[in-house]
Amino acid sequence: MSEANPAAEAGRVATVRAPIEAAAPGGSGSRPDPARLLRVALPLGLFALVVLGWERWVVAYEVPHYILPAPSRIMETMIADWPVLWASLLQTLKTTFLGLALAVLGGVGLAVLLSLSRLVEYSLYPYAVVLQVTPVVAISPLLLIYMPQEAAVLTCAWIVAFFPILSNTTLGLQSVDRNLLELFDLYGATKPRWAPPWLGRFLSRVKALWYLRRPAALPYFLAGLKIAGGLALIGAVVAEIAAGSAGAGSGLAYRILESQFRLNIPRLFAALVLLSLTGVVIFLALSAVSHLLLRRWHESAIAEER
Amino acid sequence: MSATQARTPPPPSHRSLDETPLGATLVALRGVDKTFANGTTALSGLALDIRENEFVSLLGPSGCGKSTALRILAGLIPPSRGEVAWAGGGRAEDHRGEIGFVFQEPTLMPWASVADNVYLPLRLRGVSRRDAGDAIAASLALVGLSKFAEAYPRELSGGMKMRVSIARALSLRPRILLMDEPFAALDEITRFKLNDDLLRLQHEFACTVVFVTHSVYESVYLSTRIVVMAARPGRIVAEIPIGAPTPRTETFRTTPLYGALCREASAALHGAMDADPAGGSAHL
Repeated sequence: MSEANPAAEAGRVATVRAPIEAAAPGGSGSRPDPARLLRVALPLGLFALVVLGWERWVVAYEVPHYILPAPSRIMETMIADWPVLWASLLQTLKTTFLGLALAVLGGVGLAVLLSLSRLVEYSLYPYAVVLQVTPVVAISPLLLIYMPQEAAVLTCAWIVAFFPILSNTTLGLQSVDRNLLELFDLYGATKPRWAPPWLGRFLSRVKALWYLRRPAALPYFLAGLKIAGGLALIGAVVAEIAAGSAGAGSGLAYRILESQFRLNIPRLFAALVLLSLTGVVIFLALSAVSHLLLRRWHESAIAEER
Repeated sequence: MSATQARTPPPPSHRSLDETPLGATLVALRGVDKTFANGTTALSGLALDIRENEFVSLLGPSGCGKSTALRILAGLIPPSRGEVAWAGGGRAEDHRGEIGFVFQEPTLMPWASVADNVYLPLRLRGVSRRDAGDAIAASLALVGLSKFAEAYPRELSGGMKMRVSIARALSLRPRILLMDEPFAALDEITRFKLNDDLLRLQHEFACTVVFVTHSVYESVYLSTRIVVMAARPGRIVAEIPIGAPTPRTETFRTTPLYGALCREASAALHGAMDADPAGGSAHL
């Protein structure tokens, strides 16, 4: 299979490889694509139109700012109240990311345990489902009774972000090609002589986990992470609102509650805009991470070939 | 069988079939039965000697247990009764380094480059990536894919993926290559080319091949011996030595001998299917 034959196949290979090399690392962004331009321009144009109409309407009908503030007034408030809002934003971000980090640790850790032992899977998985299907709004008042406020808020963010990571990673760890696992048995079954059979089996499972299941699960984990990122923010906000009703707190959601009580509607809007932007940035950041990690091999990250 | 055992003289630079003559049994199935947990009897009283440097095809309709026999040979599943006897003794586990296995699907890791895919068996044996470099390059050169070491599986055609799979099976320098319908999912043009490549490879590499197929033409073209199997229960019904000279080329397909052997193998296969109580539903 050496010198003579590859020539013919090389021709086919060239056609197979060419579009990929062209599309590989951000290659499609080099020339302006009208469809792409439209996809950015249309939502931005619509946004500008709505904001402009809103502004004109508020001015024309002299709507009081405690009912509906004009966009310009929201911007002014955002700038004037920035120190307060910024401190609140940091607090919410801290809760969100800490909750997400703990969810990743717990979700991946538990998924690995489940994949290594059926016993653990049968005993724990139902409880993970119960935790998921019980609405976090209903749990948070209880948590606020039993825990210090910050810990309770963090726990809420963790609970909602935990499940998508657990279920996706579990699914991913199970989606290895059966034949690859057999191949692994064939080549990887060099068990240490001194080990008892059960330990040999366990070591071989750990090896398969690291070499095969871990990379196979990565796309699933990242999809779960994208969902969990948004959910962690929602969990943090829900818990802050529950805590805020009890008269304590300092996150963005608390600012929203407080502004509502004081009829400071422009500040309420400013906090809402910040929360919304935070969610968008988290989603974009996690999408970028996912694309970077998968762009060489996974179908989801590969540009369509024409 | 009117065929003679004549062989063309080997190129002097290669270790070839002629220098390591057929005869010594490398591995044998002795009275092997296999009954699966659901009660299906896949194999019954299978006895098969695989001799060194043979190219044996297991030919039979679907459900005749040919893949099961191959898996038992590889030690992937244990026989219900009987044994797999290796030259020099020892169980299947002791001979795992000597076995290369190729599935019907390429079964590559999509997240790893071609070179890393070929590296997998060596990696599992504890060879470092640096020490494995030469072996990986040599395996890829054998299948003509040296230029694609850094490519990813999705960038390759079906035939090339299968070549990577073969290179991976060769990376441990196996004494015996077990192939489970490796070319069944490929188009005919690619299959013919890979058939020739496989023959050249076996000649250069001087290894034993056990090849599972349901194609009469493929088995006649490739093999030095065809083992015809029947289903329900899986058993051997005929053995047909293919005495045509090796290495073979495309012109072999046009010879009267090829036609005669195809008819003989076909007749044996149809006999096997007629004997099947459930009716011969397999396709050639």
